[in-house]
Amino acid sequence: MTPVTTMVNGLERTVDVPPATSLLTLLRDELDLTGSKNACEEGECGSCTVWLDGELVCACLVAAVQADGRSVRTIEDLGDGERLHPVQEAFLEAGAVQCGFCTPGLVVAVADLLDRDPHPSDETIREALAGNLCRCTGYSKILAAVHLAEEAVA
Amino acid sequence: MSEPAPTTLAEALEARAAHPEAMPVAGGTDLMVPVNAGRLRPDALLDLSRVAELATWELRNGSVHVGAGTTFARIARELGAFPPLVQAARTVGSPQIRNRATIGGNLATASPAGDSLPVLAAFGADVLVASTRGERRLPWNEFLLGPKRTALAEDELVVGVEWPLRDGPGSFAKIGTRNAMVIAIASVCLQLDTRERRVRLALGSVAPTVVRAPEAEAFAADAIAWDDPARPLPEQTAREFGALAAAAAHPIDDVRGSAAYRRRTVEVLARRALLWALADRREASA
Repeated sequence: MTPVTTMVNGLERTVDVPPATSLLTLLRDELDLTGSKNACEEGECGSCTVWLDGELVCACLVAAVQADGRSVRTIEDLGDGERLHPVQEAFLEAGAVQCGFCTPGLVVAVADLLDRDPHPSDETIREALAGNLCRCTGYSKILAAVHLAEEAVA
Repeated sequence: MSEPAPTTLAEALEARAAHPEAMPVAGGTDLMVPVNAGRLRPDALLDLSRVAELATWELRNGSVHVGAGTTFARIARELGAFPPLVQAARTVGSPQIRNRATIGGNLATASPAGDSLPVLAAFGADVLVASTRGERRLPWNEFLLGPKRTALAEDELVVGVEWPLRDGPGSFAKIGTRNAMVIAIASVCLQLDTRERRVRLALGSVAPTVVRAPEAEAFAADAIAWDDPARPLPEQTAREFGALAAAAAHPIDDVRGSAAYRRRTVEVLARRALLWALADRREASA
């Protein structure tokens, strides 16, 4: 077992993990942060998308030990109790949520995109969200949600 | 390994020599897939993601040196002087993957479908590897030996990759079922070398390793009007070039595509790539 100390959503957390445990397993199984979903565990679906030192990553493809001494921000840090993040509001309003499983990863990816590019073109949005699969919506409502959020964030 | 992860190359090489059982990991985007699936159970990892000196690139008298730890996101942002490499980098996985995946990992994983590999082959790159015993420089085709097989010794790490600057346009193209998250069914990189008057063509996903297409290259070098960028290449010549490129492929049938489809893909992509490069050259000279 290896001790891993990570700043998760602003709080320092220390956990002992076996050698090749993923950051996703650390978040979900050790810290009970189950907002980041475990679906494919091979980076295909993006439902475990989090920020590692401010960069968008699939938590399933980061070894937990690689997060030692770094900061992780998850979907749980976006809302504030009852108050939703503008991207979350926009997803609800646009009907971009159906089964909801992909939603945390998509919300994180959209928040990241709007942070870097407050007014992205549809083409930019499609490229930025290419790593997040949604099997329900057909994506057009998600695009609509991004444009809605863009107004709210601006 | 319970000791802290290395932050310098020297420390990384010491750790590699001392703990050959520890699996090197940089971005982890390839390694973690079999680990998560339980197909690979490393006793320890050697985390290379903190070795800052591996995550840099620079121009070195007429050559480009890209450190093994340079991510594809960074390559796409910063190496605009090499359009084929940027085009290949942008096809790697997804934004999340590109933020982690490194060019050194692409080399060490040595998948026949590694997206950057046809570019490095077309550029005629050398792979730099090192251990506590010293550093070695291997031409790309002496480093990549087979599917997931490289010339890397047990105590060595990939340090970086280098290629000489070349004048002329080029491109990378990849065929798959969508633009993102796709393992290439076939890919092609073509680099025109207007100084040496050569065409450099490499093919991905159509042989046990990336391959060059020397007959197609020589045929095109003879056919191009090097002194007259405005003169178009006859359509038949471009088609013959495509056919020669396809002849250099040794593909297999697999879940992603048939051998016949791969040959045809190479034929079409290589022809297009040559015509694109000549059009770019014409435009640049106009």
